[in-house]
This record gives sequence, structure tokens and C-alpha cells, in this order.
Amino acid sequence: MIRIEGLTKSFGDKAVLDGVDLEVKRGESMVVIGGSGSGKSVLLKHIIRLLRPDGGRVLIDGSDISGLDEHGLNDLRRRMGMLFQGAALFDSMSVWENVGFALRQHTSLKPREVRRIASEKLRMVGLSGIEDVMPADLSGGMRKRVGLARAIATEPECILYDEPTTGLDPIMADIINDLILSLRERLSVTSVTITHDMTSAFKIADRIAMLYSGRIIEVGTPEEIRKTSSPVVSQFVAGRAEGPIRVEGGYA
Amino acid sequence: MRAEASTPALLRPVEYLGAILMRPLSLAGGLVIMLAKTLRLVFAPPYNLRNLFRQLVEIGVNSLPVVLITAAFTGAVLALQSYIGFKRFGAEGLVGSVVALSMTRELGPVLTGLIVSGRAGAAMAAELGTMRVTEQIDALETLATNPVQYLVVPRFLSGIVMLPALTVFSDAVGILGGYFVSTRVLGANPTLYLNRTWDYLTITDIYHGLYKAIFFGGAIALISCYQGYHSEGGAAGVGRATTRAVVMASMAVLISDYFLSSWLFQ
Repeated sequence: MIRIEGLTKSFGDKAVLDGVDLEVKRGESMVVIGGSGSGKSVLLKHIIRLLRPDGGRVLIDGSDISGLDEHGLNDLRRRMGMLFQGAALFDSMSVWENVGFALRQHTSLKPREVRRIASEKLRMVGLSGIEDVMPADLSGGMRKRVGLARAIATEPECILYDEPTTGLDPIMADIINDLILSLRERLSVTSVTITHDMTSAFKIADRIAMLYSGRIIEVGTPEEIRKTSSPVVSQFVAGRAEGPIRVEGGYA
Repeated sequence: MRAEASTPALLRPVEYLGAILMRPLSLAGGLVIMLAKTLRLVFAPPYNLRNLFRQLVEIGVNSLPVVLITAAFTGAVLALQSYIGFKRFGAEGLVGSVVALSMTRELGPVLTGLIVSGRAGAAMAAELGTMRVTEQIDALETLATNPVQYLVVPRFLSGIVMLPALTVFSDAVGILGGYFVSTRVLGANPTLYLNRTWDYLTITDIYHGLYKAIFFGGAIALISCYQGYHSEGGAAGVGRATTRAVVMASMAVLISDYFLSSWLFQ
């Protein structure tokens, strides 16, 4: 469904992505792992065209999305949902207005109907009775779940998760993992998740890809990644300070 | 781009000059692009009437108290100062005309513009800046909503509607402030003062002030939204964007005021 070919992107004179190739099949849960600042978010933002590639292509269902006009782009985005790292809820709107935002903008549904659908999506992520709360009054875990409800409100075919478990306590992180899994089963969506949380990666992934030095250096099932022969991947998976990965400002 | 260390010494002044010129040029280009996008999207559905209404209230209604107080005292001090000056050559009878002409042609729109730059301009830059750094603007895009249409269009429209509306109030209250000081403090004859006020004031004076106000409203909204929209670097970045928005919008009001005046009043 998603095919990335030779994607390059630089900011100033720093090459962040340096020829990324990756394919995500329909219905698959792909997890991209990599260190902080390795360009994972940049990669994810290219899939929904928040960023445009300097070189290479992003193909969705076989068509290059960099050539889309505004109309085509909006059609594409209606088929996708994205959960942002900080949830990115609109803080001028209540929870249900956040969840129902796309429905209010793009359908002629009555507010009451939108609210009903929003409540239903909120129940899917395990929340109820907070429809009229403002986002500022929610905890981090709740904000992420509201963000997730907003991402699935238009029943997308594909969901992009930007560090869904970062900044959450381990139990809340696991609740989010379970939600991602159950949404996948119930809605049979394709998903791309970027994370550096290996517990989460092993739990939700069909396949894991490692982004390092601007390229995908290994792709495999969780089992294959666990048994990798690559010293870079095994260092990251095991979370060791010593190894081939050099961290700026680190001791290695 | 940072200056490369490898630039030959002879070319460095050229590079330096280029870097100085680059900033205002890219800013001007960015503003023109945002203006073009805004104008293209003004009449395009979906219409966000709720956003528009919120901004009309924020820019118009909520700025009104400050505008009224400023105008009242400006009109008052104008009457006081011109009375002192005009008395020296026996022209104190003209105070009413001076207050009326100064308020409608110049001080009404300019002071309103400066107040709205500081109040609403800062709020626009801070709100859009925060939305940028917390990825809310990206989120709008992923929800298939054009952020310029959703955020900038209602602010731009509110600016060009509300600035002239506020200016009308400012003009009226400024003239009233002058009238009050002249008749109650300086002992002018109320009937004579009012006659003098209307004698030299034409409807064109008021219109010209309002044309300027429309321009100021659009410029303030556009500059403030632009600064917020393109802010980066967390809370500090939003602070810098807000400062830049207020400074630039105020400068734009004062500088464009001269050129609009020389063009409208020739």
C-alpha cells in the first residue's frame, strides 16, 4: 500500500534521510525504530505529505503523492489518520469537537450526529463521559487516546503513529499498545509506527525496520530483528551504550 | 545557510550584504504568498463562521474599551494643546476643527491600528505560534483542512471589518473628548465649538480615515498570522514571533500611514 523509494531529505546542510526504501503492505503493522534525531518523524511526515521529498518518491497504492493537487491531497488525507507525539489536540475545542473535527469540516452531518460518532470513537479508545472536557485538563495518556479517537474518526485505511508510547508510564504505554492492536483487528487498518520503545515495537509489529544514518539498514519480523547479526541493530534493540552507534554528547 | 568558512576573503562583504538583504526579501515574499493564499480561500467552502465570529469578537468587541479610552484622552489632550498654541495668535476658535480633522484623518485610524497591533496582533501570533510548535497546524493538515483557510482567513476578514468599525468609535469619542475639555475646562461656547467642528469636516475626511483603517486591519492580521504560522523553536520561538509580530505590525501601520496619506490626500 505504501512504497517509499530512494527518499532523501535535508534541512540546511544536514542530510536527515539519505535514500530510504521501505514497503508497507496492506493491513500490515510496520514499526520503524531508530534513535532520537535519526529522522523517524521526518520519514513519517513524508507519508502524509506534511513534508515533500528532496529526492525519491512516496507511492500510495501505486501513485506518487508529491504530484497531488490540493483536492487529491485532501482525498488522500481523508483515507489516513495520524496520532502525533504530543497528541496535538486543538486546545480551543472540547474533546468531542476535537474527535469530530474532520466530520464537521467535511460532511454535512448535524452537530448532534457528530457528537454521537465522537462518543462512539471515544468509547473505542476506552474513554467516556469526557466529551465536554477541554484538552488542557486531560492527562498525557488521555490526551493520546483522544488523539487516537480523532485519528480514527473518519475510519481511515491507514494510521500513522508518531511515538505513541513516549512519555507515558509503562502501564499506560501498554494500554496504548493494546489499543493499537485492537484497532488493527477491528478496523483492519494498515499502520506505520515510529518509536524507540522496543517493548512496544515487539508487541505491535508485523515487521520492524531500523532507520540509521538516513537509511533503512534492516527490515524483518520481530523474531528476525531479535536474532539479527547486525551489530548496530542488536545494540539498539538491547539498549547498550557501547557499540557501533555513536551518540553525540554520549560516552560511546 | 551559514557563511561557509571557505568563502574567499574578497567575497565576504558581498556575502554579508546578501545575508542582510535576504531576510527582508524572503519576509516580503512570504507575506505576498500568504496574502495570495488568503484571498484565494476567502470565498472557498467550507466556511468557518464560528471561527470568524470568534475573531470578530476578539479583534473588535474586546479591543473596544482600550480604543475608547485612548481616543477620549487623545481628543482631550489635542484640544488642550491646540488651545494653548492657537491662543497665542488668537485662533482658539479653530480648536474644534483641528480636533475633528486630526481624529478622523489621522489619529483615529492610526491609534486604533497601534492598539489592535498590540492586543489582537500579539494574540494571533502567540496562538498560531503555539499551534505550530505543538503540531496543531500539522494536525489540521492531516485532517484535510487547509490551515490558512481555517486560521488566517477569519483573522484577516475580522481585521479588515473591525478596524474601520473601531475607527468610527475612535473618531466619535475623540471629538467628544475634545468637546468636553473645550467647553468644560477651557470655557468655549458649546454651540460655537460644535459649529466649528462641523464647518471644516467633510465626509471625505472620514472616508479617507476608514480606507486607511481597512488597510491597517488587513496588514496587522496578515503580519501577525505570518509570524505565528512560521514560528519555530518551542516557547522561546513563540515569544520571538509574538514580539516580531507586534513590532512589525506597528511599524507597518506608521509607515504605510504616511504613504497612504500622501496618496489619498493629494
